[in-house]
Amino acid sequence: MIAGYNFGYLDEATKRMIRRALPKAVAIPGHQIPFGAREMPLPYGWGTGGIQVTASILGPDDVLKVIDQGADDTTNAVSIRRFFHRVAGVATTERTAEATIIQTRHRIPETPLRAGQILVYQVPMPEPLFKLEPRVAETTRLHALADYGLMQVKLYEDIAAQGEVATSYNHPVMVNHRYLMSPSPIPAFDNPKMHRNAGLQLFGAGREKRIYAVPPWTDVRSLDFEDHPFRPVRAPHACALCGSEESYLDEVITDDAGGRMHVCSDTHYCGGRQ
Amino acid sequence: MSPLLQAQGLHLRFGAVRALDDVAIEIWPGEVVAIVGESGSGKSSLLRVLAGQARADAGQVLYRDAAGAEHSILDASDAALRRLMRADWGFVHQNARDALRMEVSAGGNVGERLMAAGQRHYGDIRAQAARWLERVEMDPARIDETPRNFSGGMQQRLQIARTLVTNPRLVFMDEPTGGLDVSVQARLLDLIRGLVADLDLAVLLVTHDIAAARLLAHRIVVMRAGRVVEHGLTDRVLDDPQHPYTQLLVSSVLAA
Amino acid sequence: MIMLRTQGLSKDFRLHLQGGITIPVLRDVELTVRAGECVALAGPSGAGKSTLMRCLYGNYGVGGGAIWLRHQGAMFDIAAADARTMREVRGQTLGYVSQFLRVIPRIAALDIVAEPMRGDRADARARAAALLTRLNMPQRLHGLPPATFSGGEQQRVNLARGFAAQYPVLLLDEPTASLDAANAEVVIGLIEEAKAAGAAIIGIFHDAPVRDRVADRLFEVQPIYEAV
Repeated sequence: MIAGYNFGYLDEATKRMIRRALPKAVAIPGHQIPFGAREMPLPYGWGTGGIQVTASILGPDDVLKVIDQGADDTTNAVSIRRFFHRVAGVATTERTAEATIIQTRHRIPETPLRAGQILVYQVPMPEPLFKLEPRVAETTRLHALADYGLMQVKLYEDIAAQGEVATSYNHPVMVNHRYLMSPSPIPAFDNPKMHRNAGLQLFGAGREKRIYAVPPWTDVRSLDFEDHPFRPVRAPHACALCGSEESYLDEVITDDAGGRMHVCSDTHYCGGRQ
Repeated sequence: MSPLLQAQGLHLRFGAVRALDDVAIEIWPGEVVAIVGESGSGKSSLLRVLAGQARADAGQVLYRDAAGAEHSILDASDAALRRLMRADWGFVHQNARDALRMEVSAGGNVGERLMAAGQRHYGDIRAQAARWLERVEMDPARIDETPRNFSGGMQQRLQIARTLVTNPRLVFMDEPTGGLDVSVQARLLDLIRGLVADLDLAVLLVTHDIAAARLLAHRIVVMRAGRVVEHGLTDRVLDDPQHPYTQLLVSSVLAA
Repeated sequence: MIMLRTQGLSKDFRLHLQGGITIPVLRDVELTVRAGECVALAGPSGAGKSTLMRCLYGNYGVGGGAIWLRHQGAMFDIAAADARTMREVRGQTLGYVSQFLRVIPRIAALDIVAEPMRGDRADARARAAALLTRLNMPQRLHGLPPATFSGGEQQRVNLARGFAAQYPVLLLDEPTASLDAANAEVVIGLIEEAKAAGAAIIGIFHDAPVRDRVADRLFEVQPIYEAV
């Protein structure tokens, strides 16, 4: 751990402020809690919200895993992992089962979380209604009144235009039968993993200054229609590296002659199977 | 039977202007009541106060729901008003663009109220939307077009379909034919008249169009300078007006 | 059985736009009509026959006095009734055939006739069709809106509508004015049937031979000449 910084980079007053927001978020699953997001040493969109949540809950004994699109070895994941190693001196890992805190961008690991683990999501836009209703005061009112017909209208429009719900990622969910929530842009494939998950799921949006949460074992239902039920979508292939037919796949272009292959997006999961 | 909506002693001032000056009104199930008067007479203020969109300085507005429970509209919370607006009431605005979602298809516009009321079957919602488009004399084949493609009269008919699709008990209409061409107005009035009769709706209609009031309304309330100067059966108020202002209003209309 | 009785009925028109002058039209009208009876209003043109008729229907408000009407089994002063009660009275008890049909756009003649009838809609339409046919309205016109009909055709639609609902009290304003002899004969038949069924009928009949055949007695409406 390098000298000159407080443990975990954030000052204690800021951590206390975020730690006050987090229990509120847990107490009202899916409800967005405003917080005073700080400037972080990385640009907006790179995980400033997730980092602040992680920094506030991190203790010396924690083991941290960071993934970006499921991968431990991409720039964003590596940078954030290295950052916390330097400013908090905590142990880091790529193994899902070993981590106590997993910060993620756009994926939920394939290995199921167990009780006691915390998944911290980086969220670019916490408001699920923002494309439909640009007025913040109005979206706040819609949440307060649980007036979510508008979101259903969006799904209706998708089916009317394309024959199916077109959101393959960031598909909106109802949390605990009360609040409409953006699952951060995870693939719809991962939505079912949020439902009654044993781990605690925390969401931090730095630019939008919002925190929200899904406590363990909470009902999370993807919006759908009775006659067009929600279907998690997965590319119809086996992983070219590990052969998995269950995991979420990325399509990788291998050359400029049209060559391509499908591989697990969760690199740790894939590596463990090879 | 008891009134759906009952208001008494309504007062509302905007500075020195009395928008409502001791106004009382009631509307019963299945009744179409027209509020007529010129601009500034207070008729639109009255409609907004009755629908809970504006607060009066004094007075009372009571709405009785289908279960017989009374709601005091002037004290109702936003949540309670929204529940009423979603389930029991409808509001037809003069400008359809104030009510429609211009980026959403005709089917989505009509279906929104059904979805807000909890319907979750795409096929049913779409079928109901298509039926309502036909009912307001629009081609159901245009269900996936957005209102931007529609003429002013069609947008207004779409707004009416969107409002009536959930079978509201009470519909507020604010100059529903204002701003449209005369020939379009006639057809729209005609459509509203048919729907109101078929659905046995209670309607509170604000208009300055005496002919529209005669065609649609069972009763007329004449307002001037924030006061109700005369009210009664539509044909009696128009054929045997008592108040000087009503006589002036009626005599100003060219017989068609 | 008395179906309708006026007591001291008076009506003035006060014209605010003409300096507030008051024109008296009816004074102390005492009219009684029994079930099964047809009373013809008589008097010179301008005496106020039509005004009396409109007062009885509630189309004009009255200035003073009472209009007792047998409604739902009891006598009831409709001069003092509110608008909502008046609608109910018109729906159940009191019918009015005006001289001119107020055309409602795009509504078929058949539906205009069937509209005031209560009960099963198919029966109502069947009865409406039968009445229109009896009034020599060809079938092809039944489904058309009457806006383009001739004056006589419109009047027959109006008459069919008035007789269809079998009101206990029926007001007829010049019911045969635009009809030929054959159709006038049908109307006479309808009036006689309604009387036989117990209806009280009050009419203005310009046509003396028709009046003499249907009216049981005349009621003289006296003109008022002095301005008050």
